[in-house]
Amino acid sequence: MENTKKAFAGISKNINLEDRNSKILSSIEEAVKKSGLKDGMTISFHHAFRGGDRVLNAVLSVIAKMGFKDLTVASSSLASVHDEIIEHIESGVVTQLYTSGLRSKLGEAISSGIMKNPVQIHSHGGRVQLLQSGELSVDVAFIGVPCIDKYGNASGYKGRSKCGSLGYAMSDAQYAKYVIALSETMEPYPNLPASISQDQVDSIVMVDEVGDPSQIGEGATRMTTNPKELLLARRTARVIENSGLFKEGFSIQTGTGGASLATTLFLSEKMEEKGITASFGLGGITGTMVYMLKRGLIKTLLDVQSFDEFAAKSLGENPNHIEISANEYANFGSKGAAIKQLDVVVLSALEIDTDFNVNVITGSKGILRGASGGHSDTAAEAKLSIIVAPLTRGRIPTITKKVNTIVTPGGSVDVVVTDQGIAVHPRNTELKEKLIKAGLTIVDINELYERAIQLCGKPKDIEYTDKVVAQIRYRDGSVLDEVKQLAK
Amino acid sequence: MKLRRSMLFVPGSNTSMVCNAFIYKPDTVMFDLEDSVALSEKDSARLMVFHALQHFVYKNVETAVRVNPLDSPYGLLDLEAVVRAGTDIVRLPKTDTVEDVLNMQDAIEKIEEKIGRTKKTQLLAAIESAEGVVNAVNIARCSDRLMGIALGAEDFVRDLHTQRTKQGSELMAARSQILLAARAAKIHAFDSVFSDVKDKEGFLAEVKYVKGLGFDGKSLVNPNQISVLHDAYAPSQTDVDWSLEVIEAAKEAEEKGLGVVSLDGRMVDAPIIARAKWTLELAVASGMIRE
Repeated sequence: MENTKKAFAGISKNINLEDRNSKILSSIEEAVKKSGLKDGMTISFHHAFRGGDRVLNAVLSVIAKMGFKDLTVASSSLASVHDEIIEHIESGVVTQLYTSGLRSKLGEAISSGIMKNPVQIHSHGGRVQLLQSGELSVDVAFIGVPCIDKYGNASGYKGRSKCGSLGYAMSDAQYAKYVIALSETMEPYPNLPASISQDQVDSIVMVDEVGDPSQIGEGATRMTTNPKELLLARRTARVIENSGLFKEGFSIQTGTGGASLATTLFLSEKMEEKGITASFGLGGITGTMVYMLKRGLIKTLLDVQSFDEFAAKSLGENPNHIEISANEYANFGSKGAAIKQLDVVVLSALEIDTDFNVNVITGSKGILRGASGGHSDTAAEAKLSIIVAPLTRGRIPTITKKVNTIVTPGGSVDVVVTDQGIAVHPRNTELKEKLIKAGLTIVDINELYERAIQLCGKPKDIEYTDKVVAQIRYRDGSVLDEVKQLAK
Repeated sequence: MKLRRSMLFVPGSNTSMVCNAFIYKPDTVMFDLEDSVALSEKDSARLMVFHALQHFVYKNVETAVRVNPLDSPYGLLDLEAVVRAGTDIVRLPKTDTVEDVLNMQDAIEKIEEKIGRTKKTQLLAAIESAEGVVNAVNIARCSDRLMGIALGAEDFVRDLHTQRTKQGSELMAARSQILLAARAAKIHAFDSVFSDVKDKEGFLAEVKYVKGLGFDGKSLVNPNQISVLHDAYAPSQTDVDWSLEVIEAAKEAEEKGLGVVSLDGRMVDAPIIARAKWTLELAVASGMIRE
């Protein structure tokens, strides 16, 4: 009998075909077809381009035109640029959302109840936990990258739309069944070191733009001149300085926003004064952190997301500025999340209640307008978690009896710094003593609440219906709280 | 003497500043109803400051109000409002003569009598003209309500037909005169505002200069200037340590019934002890030591 079997697929070579292994496809539509996407499946995106993202809207509009329905969209976060999702929800293309954050018109629409299924709000670490547990099973990941080679090696610190770290995309690439990389800059093979590796990428589509460079880091690095933010920052730096953790080799994470950036700067002055250096700075990395790295005040930066162009550029240039995945950063189920090595984290808040619970997701009108981010992950694991917020915002008290929505449980919060007093969680008696000894005025959080109410009056309760529009997933995957639909 | 390093100007028509100024803990908050308030806002600003002065958040900080001149349509209305609301100090808008102070004093006395206010409203005179500088010695001594005199540099340099410079030589004569007049009358002397809020170095240099001259403090236009000024007025650690030793030695001497003691070979007498007490007061206010 004639043997017609071949040794294995692919043995027949044709040396005239240069790109016999090409992954490059001509359009998003072609890539979607090739991925085998079907109605009811889950697609994912990442948010490293922040407000300058051009990928999610472009992909969803193609998918909608192709007639897909009933999809789950899992984006590591969503910004105001993604308001276009509303029309895809209304037309039934998107019926479920997983995200860390919701803002602007999309947040308002969700709060008004346009979705049948509650949105799943997760933390940055919690998202990887959902991927790992299998609840979030991504069928097709759409990963926008600033530059790539023909075989799929991609990175974020080169190209026109530099976003720096691709930490969140790295986890998507690891877990998704099919990965489509979208890019605007083709680098010669091999484009190494790569954040997303050739063995993780199925298809590549070159597009006009993946991001808007002017929007990627907008507003993140501007040093504040706001006296209230500077006052909060100065106070926060003093808390850190006198916490007992401020010594050679300590580690720190701070966010964006005026008070956070200024805290970092005030702290760097104290570090220079006392000759102290930090072993690492973690999390979303800003230009201020890069400045400290360059001055030798921080030895290493562990970067899951670069908040501005300085951070994005530094990631490519400085060997001590290291990109880490969301799993290495903050996953509850990770074998080694960097937050477990973290000394101090400085976080913000929309609301804090007298049990120290923190809300960073719903505003004073009960509308979804924030992001869970790494808030609950870092607060739970850092040795010292400091929440910084003004006591009142306009006529709205920040300290309340009960927060609208719990994102970070009070048990993981150590200190609350406001412009009108510092409160220490009652379990931290030793820390409280240290701060008092250093001349800081420590007050009971109930006193802060009373003061806020004296200043603003008691706000009227928000009226909700019984319909759940979003569930707040804690970092271990459990449902921590629910957001209800606003009454009309 | 009360510690008065920082006097923060708060435009009376700026709602946010009126609501928030106390959090920055200046030694004195000074609400302005005069130059920083537009004519169309005079009434609303007066009403807002009237309420702010009575609010609990301003009970633990010294308050002053710069009112409009008495010969303007707003001066007396301002005075009626702020004296009733309990301001600690009224800052005269422009003081050229002793008569300006006495007129203001009379007007205040009448209101205090009318409402039965027993705590006397204090006065702060702003010297903003050559005439005022020439009369400074008499102005400083003319009323027991006067807690201090302050230089208003912008109007003063205009009156001198010159302009402000970084070196400040154009203000040399006025600063010396105002300081001497204040010291002779045993009242406070305040330096003028430094308007370029972005120039931290320039501000710090001026603060160090006027502190060296002997000024008690300075009027400020931005809350961010407060910590810079307070830091500059803070005593050195060596001074604080020395002062603590002086007070300790003085206590010992008193217990032993001695008038004068020696500390590290230096004689410690009344002026040295007074100086040490002042240094420690500054150290407490600067957060260097606790009371």
